[in-house]
Amino acid sequence: MVQTVHRPEPAVEEIPFRELYLKAFQGMLLARILDDKLASLYRSGKIHGGVFLSRGQEALSVAVGLSLRQGDVFAPLIRDTAGRLAFGETVLEALQTSLGSALGPMRGRDGNVHRGNPRAGYLAMISHLGAMISVVNGVLLGRRLKGLSGSVGATCIGEGATSTGAFHEALNQAAVEKLPLVLVVANNQYAYSTPASEQFACRALVDRALGYGVTGSEVDGTDLDACLKTIGEAVARARKGGGPQLVVANLLRLCGHGEHDDAGYIDPKLKASPLGRDCVKVSVDYLSKQGWADAAAVAAWRAEAVHQIDEAVAQVQREPAPDPFGEEWCAMSTSHLSEGGERKGGE
Amino acid sequence: MSITYLEAIREAQAKALADDPRVFIYGQDVGAFGGAFKATKNLAKEFPGRVLDAPISEDAILGSAVGAAIEGMRPIIEMQFADFSTVGFNQIVNQAATLFWRTRVPCPIVVRLPGGGTSGSGPFHSQSMEAIYAHYPGLVVMTPATVEDAYSMLIEAVAIDDPVIFCEHKFLYYHLKAEALPTEALPVGKARIARVGRDMTIVTYSAMVHECLAVADELKAEGYEIEVVDLRSIKPLDTDTVMASVARTGRLLCVGESWPWGGVTAEVVARVASEGFGLLDAPPQRLNAKDTPVPYHPNLWAAHRPTARSIAAAARRLLQQ
Repeated sequence: MVQTVHRPEPAVEEIPFRELYLKAFQGMLLARILDDKLASLYRSGKIHGGVFLSRGQEALSVAVGLSLRQGDVFAPLIRDTAGRLAFGETVLEALQTSLGSALGPMRGRDGNVHRGNPRAGYLAMISHLGAMISVVNGVLLGRRLKGLSGSVGATCIGEGATSTGAFHEALNQAAVEKLPLVLVVANNQYAYSTPASEQFACRALVDRALGYGVTGSEVDGTDLDACLKTIGEAVARARKGGGPQLVVANLLRLCGHGEHDDAGYIDPKLKASPLGRDCVKVSVDYLSKQGWADAAAVAAWRAEAVHQIDEAVAQVQREPAPDPFGEEWCAMSTSHLSEGGERKGGE
Repeated sequence: MSITYLEAIREAQAKALADDPRVFIYGQDVGAFGGAFKATKNLAKEFPGRVLDAPISEDAILGSAVGAAIEGMRPIIEMQFADFSTVGFNQIVNQAATLFWRTRVPCPIVVRLPGGGTSGSGPFHSQSMEAIYAHYPGLVVMTPATVEDAYSMLIEAVAIDDPVIFCEHKFLYYHLKAEALPTEALPVGKARIARVGRDMTIVTYSAMVHECLAVADELKAEGYEIEVVDLRSIKPLDTDTVMASVARTGRLLCVGESWPWGGVTAEVVARVASEGFGLLDAPPQRLNAKDTPVPYHPNLWAAHRPTARSIAAAARRLLQQ
């Protein structure tokens, strides 16, 4: 039952920048339209539990997903719709999880952003912030012990998660072990409702890189061009043995924490500032300025994405929901050691 | 030749490392230093590159163990003291314990917890953590009481495809000895009748097994035959063996070194009361440590946890009912 993750080929470093940018833009657009669809399904009561959107973080996230290659490891977080799709997740898998299909990767056992396929290097986040960083470290450490080299592990968090002990322990661990970890912090100015000013007191989060003994870089998270270059370079440095990379992207969350949250606490001045730019619109302008794509081309890509997502929604809505009577209430792989009952088919 | 409980743990790890290239050891001071208790003595030398010192970061140590397991490795994690596992609690109960159920990817990690009280160790180097981990689905919790079980259960723990919390008792490390390492063992999940009796069943585990065996000796002089059941693993818990013993004796005393609220003794009493009420000739009893942090001074420590004396007193009360 191992699903395959279809990753971008050839390796991103070999793709001409224009081609990479166009691919990234289409990925951003697909993620934005998927988010819009999830929001509308949520409002019409079709989704159990929360919906957490990535609006405003698509440029950064897609750059992470596209900078990785087959065999790399990716642990996305709550606002990585674009990065997940770019890394190889399908729209269908995303919707199956959000709509609770029994045929989806999480089989109704976990929902929304808590999805992945660890065997394919696509880790499924838990809710406890900062906790995935050391898991990525462990995959990289395991590969080193097996004598495998050349792969990179990337993970994304927000500025809020930099306040956790897990963040500190894991970044320090990666530095001590000189692991090829790329830790991407989306400083989206709010952790749920808490502004960055109440989250940390240093001048800039990237300054922390020095303290950990890792390479730090900072990027405008609203600018796809800058994100592709900065993340791509960080991934390349890690791959070449340059050790952990801390990349901090500055941007603004253009939605609530979840769709239940109207985000009335967001400072209007921030919305009007360069941080509040919509990365999709910035990219549309860039495409036009470069002469790489006009409004008609963007409209055509948009229509294609809408069609793809509508088809997937229709398919998932025909799929069965999980059946509590057919469910194996067994948390153990070693079935006979379970106190909850054995799995069908035993071990 | 004789071998201690601690040496058995060291030998089990040496065997696991020798038999399976996927096995490695990660923890604080486990490398050249050989561990705070010397449970990994010389292993770094014998298995270069496979016994790794970690920073003082229990969360990152355990999180990375999960990552290595996803990559197909079989990490053995040494927590320097069981008490410190609370710092990495999240990675055990939320990351490791849910991984298979959520993603179908097994998580074969072993977390060694040197636990239980020794006099002079105080509130933060004496805790018994088994009950809190057993509460969570997805974990196996082993509590070996003998040198033989310390060896064979640790080897089995490494072979199991799920996270195993291996509770090794510090009080047994040095003074508990056996003639040789075992060549066969009961399967994981089976309790052991440590002593056969007919008048009362004492169900216990880990270091308390030895206190209870001493009580059984003492009460024999008074004409009582006490059956002692060593649970070996508290999750899964071998309810069948417990129930069969209570069916023979009609009386149950459950003894544990950890705190009284909830926990292993409460679980055993609950199962026997609900599934075997008719087997009982007297109300089932339980004896635990006192409901305070574990004290430092030997006078207080010895009175805090159950001892042969307090267990014997509880047993006599139950026998007279």
